[in-house]
Amino acid sequence: MSSTSHTSTHHTSTIGSIGAPSRRNTELGLLVFAVVIPVFAYANVGLALDDEVPAGLLSYGLGLGLLAGLGHLAVRKFAPYADPLLLPLATLLNGLGLVVIWRLDQSKRLQARAEYFEAAPRQLLYSAMGITLLVVVLLLLKDHRVLQRYTYISMAGALFLLILPLVPGLGANVYGAKIWIKIPGLGTLQPGEFAKIALAVFFAGYLMVKRDALALASRRFMGLYLPRGRDLGPILVVWVMSILILVFETDLGTSLLFFGMFVIMLYVATERTSWIVFGLLMSAVGAVGVASFEPHIQTRVQAWLDPMREFTLSREGVRDGIIHSEQAMEALWAFGSGGTLGTGLGQGNSDLIGFAANSDFILATFGEELGLAGVMAILLIYGLIVERGIRTALAARDPFGKLLAVGLSGAFALQVFVVAGGVMGLIPLTGMTLPFLAYGGSSVLANWALIGILLRISDTARRPAPAPAPNPDAEMTQVVRPS
Amino acid sequence: MNKPLRRIALFCGLLILALLIRNNYLQYVKADDLADDDENRRVNIARYSTPRGDIIVEGKAITGSVESESGDYKYKRTWTNGPMWAPVTGYSSQAFGANQLEKLEDGILTGNDDRLFFRNTLDMLTGKQKEGGSVVTTLSAAAQKAAYEGLGDKKGAVAAIDPSTGKILALVSTPSYDPSKFAGTSNKDAEAWNAVQKKNNPDDPMLNRALREVYPPGSTFKVVTAAAALENGEVSGIDDATKTPDPYQLPETTGKPLTNQHGECKNASLKYALMVSCNTVFAKLADNVGNEKMIEQAEKFGFNNPELDTPVRAAQSVYPEDNRPQNAMDGIGQASNRATPLQMAMVAAAVANDGKLMKPYMVDQLKAPNLDTIETNDPEELSQAVSAETAQKLQQMMEAVVNDPQGTGSSARIDGATVGGKTGTAQHGLNNSEKPYAWFISYAKLSDGSSPVAVAVVVEDGAANRDDISGGGLAGPIARDVMKAVIDSKK
Repeated sequence: MSSTSHTSTHHTSTIGSIGAPSRRNTELGLLVFAVVIPVFAYANVGLALDDEVPAGLLSYGLGLGLLAGLGHLAVRKFAPYADPLLLPLATLLNGLGLVVIWRLDQSKRLQARAEYFEAAPRQLLYSAMGITLLVVVLLLLKDHRVLQRYTYISMAGALFLLILPLVPGLGANVYGAKIWIKIPGLGTLQPGEFAKIALAVFFAGYLMVKRDALALASRRFMGLYLPRGRDLGPILVVWVMSILILVFETDLGTSLLFFGMFVIMLYVATERTSWIVFGLLMSAVGAVGVASFEPHIQTRVQAWLDPMREFTLSREGVRDGIIHSEQAMEALWAFGSGGTLGTGLGQGNSDLIGFAANSDFILATFGEELGLAGVMAILLIYGLIVERGIRTALAARDPFGKLLAVGLSGAFALQVFVVAGGVMGLIPLTGMTLPFLAYGGSSVLANWALIGILLRISDTARRPAPAPAPNPDAEMTQVVRPS
Repeated sequence: MNKPLRRIALFCGLLILALLIRNNYLQYVKADDLADDDENRRVNIARYSTPRGDIIVEGKAITGSVESESGDYKYKRTWTNGPMWAPVTGYSSQAFGANQLEKLEDGILTGNDDRLFFRNTLDMLTGKQKEGGSVVTTLSAAAQKAAYEGLGDKKGAVAAIDPSTGKILALVSTPSYDPSKFAGTSNKDAEAWNAVQKKNNPDDPMLNRALREVYPPGSTFKVVTAAAALENGEVSGIDDATKTPDPYQLPETTGKPLTNQHGECKNASLKYALMVSCNTVFAKLADNVGNEKMIEQAEKFGFNNPELDTPVRAAQSVYPEDNRPQNAMDGIGQASNRATPLQMAMVAAAVANDGKLMKPYMVDQLKAPNLDTIETNDPEELSQAVSAETAQKLQQMMEAVVNDPQGTGSSARIDGATVGGKTGTAQHGLNNSEKPYAWFISYAKLSDGSSPVAVAVVVEDGAANRDDISGGGLAGPIARDVMKAVIDSKK
């Protein structure tokens, strides 16, 4: 079942095996691309907008290179066996996001708006803070299993973060969704982004302890293993929590994200398909139930079903107590106008989306200016990050690490799906941002921390073990090559 | 735990796959629909991102393009003498869309037409700015000016065509509007736009009366009735006496019989009847010909055609199925038949062109930005409205209307040319309470027998005078000036 000893003469290799190359030079090589591509994109925007290479090109290139180099050195020093793809992929997305945010900063239409400010310098600052946070995570978190100790503190922290936007005077209602808090002088914060990580830690710690009870003590009914009533407790608690988020913060995305993450982790922990069935049923009941009386959710669903109607209502300035928005339709037009190859960076009109063009809707700018080709590439990069995360989970030797890695990767995947799907009109729009691409400090910081944790777990997983793993639960993936 | 992990990996892969599929649907399958959606502002932004091509009259542009001060749109459309040319060009506004030639030929004017694709691609490679092509019209600046000035402050319309080709020479509608006033997006543009909307302006300046409004044709329709009578053998010679009582009791009616305004219409000959515009003679003839044959004749002249495209589509002129008394009144243009000014110009043109009706058109050529011709419209025959013989007889009669001392159309005489015409005064409204429409249709012939112009003029609210003369008095001089302008410009 598992192989803990390995010699090079065997035709059996094991992921996470002893003596695996560290792949740090691969990472460095990839990082060069991850820095050079955004630098070219930046030059491209400048040439398209002003017919000249932007003045900040050198400092931007150096800055991004410096940040990437810092990340790389930290990984080399503190997590030498970490996955070599995660850092370059995240850097590439972060760099491209910065370029497009800068490009939208130059838009006359957005500059004319009341809420306009230059977002790119701030985003650069957030990126620097994010990579610093990554370094700090790698530096302080020598072993991810330490997090296990903070299982219940994480839960308390997550709940605290989730409740914050509801505190009067602190919460900010932005276009109907209440998932932001305002910190005077500093701007807004999306605590949900951080809650995502805290909840993953809590679920991983909790499920690791409870998984046997949840998995084994069940009755078989109609081919499904039904859990005992008392084991249903935690799933109900999380369900109620996501319903409450939906009701009070009126955000379908966040709610879906947390509940989905929990179901994924529960399924991995117990290996019981019945949990997925339960999860889907409960989220369906919850979503439909809340949507039946919450006007904000209804508007979002209507805008999804008929974005043109919503556009017309908004244009005509219909005041019926519901905020009608042109944005959903504007985003679809942006995608359609981009076509296969796009208009080229700096040459589209995605700024017609107006509010949140550089955050929630940033994918539409990629769609218009880089076209189908560009968006597919972006989606595949996200896919790669997720699959590298799950590969880390596969390779991890301890159940806590497996659960945490799959929880974070799953949440990342769900977030990408919910946001990109919302902007592209596949599902109703929600108020979340695309990791790394979108403007927003919370999102950038939290996602760099997330990458940091994944790097740590993968480092632990791939590090040559001095002794056989003590945990009997650790499974290894075997790849048997015919000799 | 690895088996569920692999499944989760697959599940996450499916999420990304769903996004990829949606993305392909949006940016490949639906891309063109979304990109060309009228509400998509990019369409307008692209339309006004380069100087728009021009609409040309006799080698001179009647449109232009200036750099626009508003943010989204780089260029703005301008017109020289907008109110005069608006019935031809239509408008092209950043905020309010476009119509007529500006809309129909938008592809050429913006340079987005497929036929310009290769050229555009070359220009893109050489870094040249995209340019629009031009639309060369068939119009005559002199005729248009004469018509516009002739109508002056009066409400009405003029349509003039070249009988032998169908080329539209003048197309005027008054009161008109200046499309330059609302070509942009400012508040002033919006005010100007609102001011010419029908709901705010009872005169409805945006209505193109020459093409898009139908009027009761009144006595000018007697030309068609005469044609039907001759073609169907109801009358053999134009000088032979008809068996017509005066007054004439309409068939199947017992009310007040139909009378005449003037002249000795009892048993009058066809020629005399047209000359002094006898109602009784033509009502009886229409009844003799019958509704079916009247419809047939009217359709040969272009009536009942729902798709008369010049390329701007003309409103449908109608000669409907009617009962006997109505059909008799249709024969003098006073029942349910309706005609656009263009339609009545076509009637005069067909008569002048020996019975052959040419399709009216106003776009001669489409040209690429470098003036290469992309498309040329050739004259097209619509129908043989009447035989050449009948046409000759109709010409003799119409010329008598103008030249005979007793004729009603003497105001349209031109020195050095032979003019044939017909006056009309169409009464309308409940019990004919509204002011009547003054009509005049005519053509001019030169000494070599060729006919360069046929024209129809209608003046609304002509005069309280219900006399047939008002057609000749109000509309006749305008028709004469238009015809003279065409003849003079040929010299």
